[in-house]
Amino acid sequence: MKPFNVNPALLKGEVILQARNVSKIYGSTHALKGVNFEIRRGEVTTLFGENGAGKSTLMKILSGVITPTTGEILLHGEEKTFRSATEARDCGISIIHQELNLAPNMNVRDNIFMGREIMKPGGVDYAEEARVTAHLMAALEEEIDPLTPVENLRLGQQQIVEIARALSVNSQILIMDEPTSALSAAEVAVLFQVIRDLTSQGVAIVYISHHLEEALEITDRAVVLRDGVMTAYAKRDEIDLDWIVRNMVGDHFDLGSPPQGYDFGLPALTVQDLTLKSKTGIRLVDNLSLAVQAGEIVCIYGLMGAGRTELLECIAGRLHQSSGHILLQDTEISSLNISQRIEIGLALVPEDRQRDGLVQTMSVGENLSLASIGDFVRGLVLSRSREKQLVNDSIRNVTVKTAGGEAAIGSLSGGNQQKVVIGKMLATRPKVILLDEPSRGIDIGAKAEVFRLLAENAKKGLAVVYTTSEVGECLSIAHRIVVMSKGRISAIFDASVSKERIMAASGESLVA
Amino acid sequence: MSDRTQTLDTPPVITRKKSDKQLNVARLLLEGRAFIALLVIIATFSFLSPNYFTGANFLTMASHVAIFGLPAIGMLLVILNGGIDLSVGSTLGLAGVMAGFMMQGINLEALGVVLYLPVWAVAILTLVVGALVGLVNGVLIAWFRVPAFVATLGTMYVARGIALLITNGLTYNKLSGSDALGNTGFDWLGFNRIFNVPVGVLVLGVVALACGFLLSRSAFGRWLYASGGNERAADLSGVPVKRIKISVYVLSGVCAALAGLVLSSQLTSAGPTAGTTYELTAIAAVVIGGAALTGGRGNVRGTLLGAFVIGFLSDGLVIIGVSAYWQTVFTGAVIVLAVLLNTLQYGRRAR
Repeated sequence: MKPFNVNPALLKGEVILQARNVSKIYGSTHALKGVNFEIRRGEVTTLFGENGAGKSTLMKILSGVITPTTGEILLHGEEKTFRSATEARDCGISIIHQELNLAPNMNVRDNIFMGREIMKPGGVDYAEEARVTAHLMAALEEEIDPLTPVENLRLGQQQIVEIARALSVNSQILIMDEPTSALSAAEVAVLFQVIRDLTSQGVAIVYISHHLEEALEITDRAVVLRDGVMTAYAKRDEIDLDWIVRNMVGDHFDLGSPPQGYDFGLPALTVQDLTLKSKTGIRLVDNLSLAVQAGEIVCIYGLMGAGRTELLECIAGRLHQSSGHILLQDTEISSLNISQRIEIGLALVPEDRQRDGLVQTMSVGENLSLASIGDFVRGLVLSRSREKQLVNDSIRNVTVKTAGGEAAIGSLSGGNQQKVVIGKMLATRPKVILLDEPSRGIDIGAKAEVFRLLAENAKKGLAVVYTTSEVGECLSIAHRIVVMSKGRISAIFDASVSKERIMAASGESLVA
Repeated sequence: MSDRTQTLDTPPVITRKKSDKQLNVARLLLEGRAFIALLVIIATFSFLSPNYFTGANFLTMASHVAIFGLPAIGMLLVILNGGIDLSVGSTLGLAGVMAGFMMQGINLEALGVVLYLPVWAVAILTLVVGALVGLVNGVLIAWFRVPAFVATLGTMYVARGIALLITNGLTYNKLSGSDALGNTGFDWLGFNRIFNVPVGVLVLGVVALACGFLLSRSAFGRWLYASGGNERAADLSGVPVKRIKISVYVLSGVCAALAGLVLSSQLTSAGPTAGTTYELTAIAAVVIGGAALTGGRGNVRGTLLGAFVIGFLSDGLVIIGVSAYWQTVFTGAVIVLAVLLNTLQYGRRAR
């Protein structure tokens, strides 16, 4: 490994790595639009932004994981193209990814030195590796034996191992994408001490976190991204929490308002004392009760890990509750399987469209009709004419822009794919529809259309429950905003609430 | 506002149509590769041997194809589901042995009689045996989450072992029955012809049509494609994924048993080692027919073509007198080529 020995005092604040006018296009979505970004020696630069704002995309470009569609990267003022993460690492840039990249079957030592083992004549120098690992663990004040298999560690410790691996490279730039999401407060304090030590040695840190307060504590500069565009840039002493929230959320594109002019019907979905435990006994959903009336739109807001997805999957029958009741109108549905729940009028639009929502090998039409095949089967045979009618109706109802029902599902943009998933579930004529992050990964125009579609159906008596991790989306069509934190409801608001109060209730910041 | 997004979204649709036209010829060649391969094989061997291009030879070759074409269709269903069934060869052998066992007469010692079942009952019971092997596979895979490869590897050994146990390693030779017992006619499947077409070939045709219908026109077929393409999405859409999974293994077992009946009827003998490695031939036929081993893509037409490619190729090599060792090499080369083309067809679409 090349050492990067420079006099830190002289060069503090000098720009090491620069992204100039960088854009990244995935299919038909612009993840980044002409972003300029600088990383300075001996400073912590924090990147703020909501989910899908482009933070992770920008970090992946800077660390060589992906290449930008347009724009350039300058290292020490010289243009540089990283063809791989390894190449970027050799230039002194390393990244701690949001999701853990560890081999659970291997021990801590082998994970830390994976791909760059210390060699000596006759093989790997395990002793030296173990020594360095023990040293790193001491620096992070973590009592982990280098020979412990990673799968035996709890999540927070695994994150520490991930951090230790990045530290072991001796980088001049260290990118940390949500490094603290699984750490305890004490571990965060240790990490911050390590970050301070690193910056005093001249290392540049890029920090990403959803915990705004926490990030403000460590950062020297703040950069805010929104919908792939850099909206603000300032030094730490010029900013406060309000400034960040204002720039993060912005004056959102109009996502609609709660539909008015009709009365809600009878309770369509009632959840009573619902508890869901993980395999290890952690309460993912903790004694939660919620009732939604016909025609009502409820938004569930919460941070990652708040239990939103688990709650919806439990209601839909994907996960099985440990205790509690779920009622659809007056019918207890806890013992029914997924298809029986769909039959009596409960539909789920899952969070991950690609993984859980669409069958990529099938056409747009086949995807749209998949959940309601029962409606057009005569005896053994699918009625093609009735299927075609259903597909065409769905395409019109949810305004999918497609060449037709026969088009490949992959030819559609993210927003239109999402509409196909929603259309598929609406075709089952549900009484309650649950949508897990319906706006994830789709552009703002498509977002507005999805919300308009939900509002229209609510007017016709559909009960709508959707989750979001973007606070701007709470204040759109929802009549009621439920904030979840650690598997419980931490607050319930009506549509007149402020963004700050929603964020406060989620535990996102400490401003009460 | 909807006008705005309309204009935004229109261009991709137009460009898509254009690129479709450009790709058409290459697409057609790629997707029709099994058919083209078959034509090339027929043309080549017709040129090399005067005996190849005759009606009689085609019918003989077709009745050979029927033996592994039937399990190949069952295999197609399994592969569409994203699984694999290594037990079909053993099931084929076990089915033949069960049929032979029943044709010898079942000795019921407690009653002091020997039971001779009519041939139709023997045939049905044999298919039930195949279905049972498939059921074991399906339940292991769908309910107990044993990987398909391992579960069917296990039943492959078990079924073969049972066949060997029943026969004690020997072969049943008296399958013709006798008039006195009223159980003649076992050779009908293997020897008789209807409109000069061997019954085995007709059986293959009927099974292929039935499966083709099942796949393209029934809810089951749609569910099968969906759960093979993305099981999680299918599950969340209310598709009974577990039932589908068990069904395909049962159907695969039935297809294998049917092939076992046809084979033992053709040979008028049933040996415990019949059908060894036929599971691999069946997989090869499915792959040559353009199905994706990852599930969700493939059809009966392709698989049939794949079976005919393998059958016509190996029979052709026999006819022109190429050594059996070379046949193995050629078959292997064709399979690798087919998989390469599959990667070309599906690989680029993946992200």
